[in-house]
Amino acid sequence: MAEKGRFGKYGGQYVPETLMEPLLALEDAYARACGDAAFRDELRRYLTEYAGRPTPLTYCANVSRILGCRVYLKREDLLHGGAHKLNNTLGQALLARYMGKRRVIAETGAGQHGVATAIACAALGLDSVVYMGETDVQRQALNVYRMRILGAEVIPVASGTRTLKDAVNEALRDWVTNARDTYYLLGSVVGPHPYPTMIRDFQKVIGEETKQQVLQREGRLPDAILACVGGGSNAIGMFHPFVGEGVRLVGVEAGGRGVDTGEHGATLCAGTEGILHGALSYLLQDADGQVRATHSVAAGLDYPGVGPELSCLKDEKKVEFVSVTDREALDAFHFLARTEGILPALESAHAVAQVRRMAGEFDRDAVVIVNLSGRGDKDVTEVVRMGGLQA
Amino acid sequence: MNRIDRVFESLNRPAFIAFLVGGDPDREGCVQAAKSLIDGGADILELGIPFSDPVADGPTIQRADLRALQGGANPAMVLDIVREIRDCSDLPVVLLTYGNIVHRRGVERFYREAAASGADGVLIVDMPHEECRDVLETAERYGMRQIFLVAPTTSEERMGRILASAGGFVYLVSRLGTTGGREQLSDDTLEMIGRIRPRTALPLAVGFGISRAEHIRACAAAGVDAVIVGSAIVDIVEATLHDRTAMQKELRDYVREMTETAKACAGTRRPER
Repeated sequence: MAEKGRFGKYGGQYVPETLMEPLLALEDAYARACGDAAFRDELRRYLTEYAGRPTPLTYCANVSRILGCRVYLKREDLLHGGAHKLNNTLGQALLARYMGKRRVIAETGAGQHGVATAIACAALGLDSVVYMGETDVQRQALNVYRMRILGAEVIPVASGTRTLKDAVNEALRDWVTNARDTYYLLGSVVGPHPYPTMIRDFQKVIGEETKQQVLQREGRLPDAILACVGGGSNAIGMFHPFVGEGVRLVGVEAGGRGVDTGEHGATLCAGTEGILHGALSYLLQDADGQVRATHSVAAGLDYPGVGPELSCLKDEKKVEFVSVTDREALDAFHFLARTEGILPALESAHAVAQVRRMAGEFDRDAVVIVNLSGRGDKDVTEVVRMGGLQA
Repeated sequence: MNRIDRVFESLNRPAFIAFLVGGDPDREGCVQAAKSLIDGGADILELGIPFSDPVADGPTIQRADLRALQGGANPAMVLDIVREIRDCSDLPVVLLTYGNIVHRRGVERFYREAAASGADGVLIVDMPHEECRDVLETAERYGMRQIFLVAPTTSEERMGRILASAGGFVYLVSRLGTTGGREQLSDDTLEMIGRIRPRTALPLAVGFGISRAEHIRACAAAGVDAVIVGSAIVDIVEATLHDRTAMQKELRDYVREMTETAKACAGTRRPER
């Protein structure tokens, strides 16, 4: 990191003045919590006894036979709640309690972060309010019910494009108004400093476990690791311990209806430098700096920004970024379901699609790991709507 | 002399700063609205360059941003509106926008074009003191005043640094929250004015939630140098979208009432401060 809160030139704290002191207080509290053995122990205990860590590294014999290389899945779908999101929400909810805040707000796209926030807050006795774009409320109805059952108040957002970007805007407005007693539990490695660093730290447990597990199973590091990228929390969580280790790292973005159609969420593949939600990073925007509407079949990837650390890793060519279309992701969803009996989240299905596409590049002994960031139960209705069962 | 400084040097009462979203409801309508505010007696005009994701603004201004963007507004159009205002008025114009608009255009180009259009100051809502090194240097080079926000949450230590960098006036965010008219002025506001007043010679302008004559009187009594009204003005624009004559009359009447109140507060400020 070049300077505080920066990854190369990316990152920073581009927020209204009202939020500067809450951010400085958060930075200070996080530093204290990191140095506090009791906080670290409590988080470790929640991650193992409550969330179910470590998650397995599953060897996929059927997929490996078909693709002609050794394919493993890192099973974040088996974490309590069904996605990697709980690593972050448990960490931040504990931090909220550490700071004496009783009210937690969050934003969600696919609903997985909202569910994970509601779970963590219920477990820790905190009130939770979740902002969600109206479009996402409709396409992720199951997760909306789950959040409400878990005690969260879900507020549909009707402004702007009615997706994740606008849910973040509304959560920021709430925080601007209620910063004194409210903790903003951000869902990805985006936003102003210290969020990108703090959330990366909470998520890097994925990569650290994977490293240990693959060394145990294969006696060496993998040849390649793939992860889907929306805001980028599962990707950076997986990649971070492997950066500079000679492992090919591939981030897979939402190609939507095709990057050339303009209807996609492929920020690092097709974006330019810009400021959104408190950080300088890659951004999908027009020539005047207005943020563009995005599209993806996967609500969690339907976001025009991306974490600043990933932007820096792109420029430094330490991670490759590609995009996969809605259609390819849907095909991969069915492929994994039929071959391995695992329903991937549509977000994760993007990474599965990319490993199918890349298979010819690997020899039989190559070890390839896909971060299966979440499970696909939440997407079944959407998959049916998009064309249902495939022959 | 910068027009903003000149206004504050000449008034012995609180200045009235009127805000409009540039290009709302369209280019022509915005120019007409701006001229009505000037006719009504506004002392400074604030013109927003609309942004797709205005997180510091409430629903009223967010809707106005959207109307303007749908009507084709962009930074070039807003600067063009400033030029047209400049043709008929010497009123100071402050541009208010978000960081990405300036970043995308390029800091150097943005300030060069803004200065050439006749604008006098810039406020970037989501660019706090920590992120503004480039912007400050460039603003100074083009004779533009860089205006900063101070909030009820701002610590003494940060406030000192902000006050040392700010130019034109200090924009006091009257309370936590987004823009939008409120019934009553918050206690935070009066407490904050008392805290900052002894620390700077810069004019203090109070914004966010100001909409009524009694707010002006309370601010004047607390010793502020200006009040900023945004959402209440934009509400009038929104309510009269389909009747431009009514829009101009209502804007003029509203500003006249507010500036008359400000004039009645004569003697509450000492320009040499």
